Amino acid sequence: MAPLLEIRDLHAEITGGRKIINGMNLTINPGEVHAIMGPNGAGKSTLSYVLSGKPGYEVTSGEVLFRGVDLLSLSPDERAAQGMFLCFQYPLEIPGVSNMAFLHTAANSQRKQRGEPELTSPELVRKVRELGKQLGIDTDMLKRPVNVGFSGGEKKRNETLQMMLLEPFLSILDEADSGLDIDALKVVSNGVNAMRSPDRSFLVITHYQRLLDYIVPDVVHVFAAGRIVHTGGKELALELEATGYAQYQNEAA
Amino acid sequence: MAAVQDTVEQVRSIDVDQYKYGFETNIESEKAPKGLSEEVIRFISARKDEPEWMLEWRLDAYRRWLNMAEPTWARVDFPQIDFQDLYYYAAPKKFKAPKSLDEVDPEILKTYEKLGIPLREQEVLAGVEIPEGERPKIAVDAVFDSVSVATTFKEELKAAGVIFMPISEALREHPDLVRQYLGTVVPTTDNYYATLNSAVFSDGSFVYIPPGVRCPMELSTYFRINEKNTGQFERTLIIADKGAYVSYLEGCTAPMRDENQLHAAVVELVVLDDAEIKYSTVQNWYPGDAEGRGGIYNFVTKRGDCRGRNSKISWTQVETGSAITWKYPSCVLRGEGSSGEFYSIAISNGRQQVDSGTKMIHLGKNTTSRIISKGISAGRSNNTYRGLVSAHRKATGARNFTNCDSLLIGETCGAHTVPYIEAKNPSAQFEHEATTSKISEDMLFYCMQRGLSQEDAVALVVNGFVRDVLQQLPMEFAVEAQKLISISLEGSVG
Repeated sequence: MAPLLEIRDLHAEITGGRKIINGMNLTINPGEVHAIMGPNGAGKSTLSYVLSGKPGYEVTSGEVLFRGVDLLSLSPDERAAQGMFLCFQYPLEIPGVSNMAFLHTAANSQRKQRGEPELTSPELVRKVRELGKQLGIDTDMLKRPVNVGFSGGEKKRNETLQMMLLEPFLSILDEADSGLDIDALKVVSNGVNAMRSPDRSFLVITHYQRLLDYIVPDVVHVFAAGRIVHTGGKELALELEATGYAQYQNEAA
Repeated sequence: MAAVQDTVEQVRSIDVDQYKYGFETNIESEKAPKGLSEEVIRFISARKDEPEWMLEWRLDAYRRWLNMAEPTWARVDFPQIDFQDLYYYAAPKKFKAPKSLDEVDPEILKTYEKLGIPLREQEVLAGVEIPEGERPKIAVDAVFDSVSVATTFKEELKAAGVIFMPISEALREHPDLVRQYLGTVVPTTDNYYATLNSAVFSDGSFVYIPPGVRCPMELSTYFRINEKNTGQFERTLIIADKGAYVSYLEGCTAPMRDENQLHAAVVELVVLDDAEIKYSTVQNWYPGDAEGRGGIYNFVTKRGDCRGRNSKISWTQVETGSAITWKYPSCVLRGEGSSGEFYSIAISNGRQQVDSGTKMIHLGKNTTSRIISKGISAGRSNNTYRGLVSAHRKATGARNFTNCDSLLIGETCGAHTVPYIEAKNPSAQFEHEATTSKISEDMLFYCMQRGLSQEDAVALVVNGFVRDVLQQLPMEFAVEAQKLISISLEGSVG
C-alpha cells in the first residue's frame, strides 16, 4: 500500500527568519489517524502551514510526497484540489460573501481542477443542508457571510462542514479543540469520525489529550524543536498528559 | 450564490491580455474643423438644425468659458490639455437621422456585437422580438460618437407618454420642454468642464416622464467614443414629473488609442413632487496602457435636483475605467422630505487616478441622504473619495449617513478620503463612518486552501467588499459590473 503522505528530512523556516522545522520525517498511510502533540512553540502550526503552502514559509531542504506527487511544487489551491484540507485554528472572516456561495465556489473550483463535473446549485444546497443538519448548522448560518460574527464554536463547525463537503484525503486539524466547549467538541469529532474510511487520513495537531478522547488516533507523535522525537500508540497521549513534555524537550535539545 | 461563480467563469472566459474593447470601426466621419471658436459652435448648432436660442445659449457658455480656469483642487495629475488641438464635432457620415433600425449602418451594429454589449441590448438593436414578460424590457438610445444612431422601443414608450430621444431631436420636437429645464441644474457657469460642455455638447439623451407615470421599462444608453481625437461632450437631461418614476442605465466602453481623450459630459436630473429617478452607471472607458498612456480623461458633471416634495434621486456607479476620473454625482435636496442616495464602487489599477464622490446639499426640511462608497486601489493607482454633505440654515431635520470604505491591494497604490461636512442648522444629524483596509494575505490563503486560484480569491474577496453597492444595481447590470470588477483587478496580486 502506497503511503498517502511522506515527509522526508524536511527543513523549513519563516522566510528570512527563524528555522522552525528541523529534520522532520513522517509517513501517513491511507485510513490512518495520526496525532501530533507537543508544547507551545514547537512548530506544530508551522508544519500545517508548510504542508498546505502558506506564503511566508520557506522549505530549505527535504521533500514531501502526497499521493505520490511532489507536494512542495504545487500552489495552495492545487494542493487543496489534490485532496489536502487544513482545518484552521483561527478561521478567517470574509465579509460580504455568503457561506453558501463560498462553499459552492470552493467545491466547484476543486472539481474543475480535477476535471470532474461541477455540482449544480440544487445538488450543492441539498448536500450542504444535509451536512449542516449533522453539525447543528442552521440555514441562517449558511446565508451569513463566511465566519463573520460567528462564535468560536460556530467557526469550528463551519470548518468541519467545509471539510465534510470537500471530502479530502488528508485533513490536517490544527488545534481543532481550541476555544471549544464540550458540546461543540463532540460535534466536530463526530464529523471527523463519520468521515473516517480506509482511504481517508487525518493529522490531528493538538497539545491537549482531551480531543483524542473523541478522535482516537492510531499513532501519536511527540513534536519538539521542529521534529518528531518520539512515536507511540494512542496510550502515549495519556502518558503525556501525566508526565508533560519536559523530558522530550530535553531530548530534542 | 451563482453570482460569484459567474464572475469566476466570466473572468476565465475573457481574454484580458489586452483591452477587450480596443478596436475602431471604420466609418467615414464628418468633422468640424479642429479647435474651438465661435465658428465651430455655429457649425455644430447648424449641423443639428438647432433653434436660434440654443445657439445663443452655446455662445454665451463659450464666452464665459474663455474667462474660466481649469480646476486644480482634485488629486489628479495630467499634462495640460490643448483645447485647440481637439475636434469638437464628428458625425458618422453615411446616414441622415435614421427612421428605423433598418437604416442603421451594419458596421455600427457589428460594433455593438464586438463590444459584447449584452445580448438583450444586441437583440434590441438588431430588432429581435422579445416575447412578452420573458425578461425586463430595456430601451436603448445608442450614442455612436456624437450622433444618436438608433433609438428603440420608441413606440411603446410613446404610448406611456414617455419621451426618450436624442437631445438634438428633442430640441426640434420638444423645444419648450428642453428650454424649460436645460441648464437649470448644472448652469452654464457651473464649472470649467460643464461650461465647455454647454458650448459644444454634441448629443445625449433626453427623457421626460409625465406626471404619475412609472416608466414601463429601464432606459439604457451606451456611449462610445470612436472618432480619433474627438472630445465627447454628451448632455443628458432627465425629468421625472410629479409622481413619476424612471430607472436609467448608462454604460460605456471606448476603443484603444494613443492620444488622451477628453470626455466632459453633463447629466442633469430634475425630480418633481413624489417622483423618483434611479440612475445607474457602469463606466469602463479605456484606462491607458501599463504606463498610463492613452487613457480617457473623464471629467463629468452629474447633478440631480430634488425640486419637489418627497422626491428622490438615487445614483449608483461602478467606475472601473478611465485614466483620470473626476466625477461627483450630486443631489440638491430642495423639496421638503426629499432624499438622495449615492452608491459607488470605484476601482483603480495600473496608473489610474480616481477623484470621485458626491455632494449632498440639504436645502429643504426633513431631507435625508445616504452615501455608500467603496474604493478599491491596486497597482500604482490613486483613489480619492471626495464628498460634501451640507445642511443649509433652513434644512431643519436634515439627516445623512455616510459610509466610506477603502480597500488596498498591494504596496504601491493609494487610497484617500476627503469628506467635507457643513451643518448650518443645529438639528442636522450627520453620521460618517470610514475604514481603510488592506486585502489580507491570510484571507487569500484561506480561500486558496479551499481550492480557489489566487485570482478567484481576489475576485471573491473584492466582490464581498462591494456587495452592499452591487445590490443597488438592477439585476442584469450587476452581473456585468461584477465581470468588470474582476477584469479590472486581474494581475493586481503578484
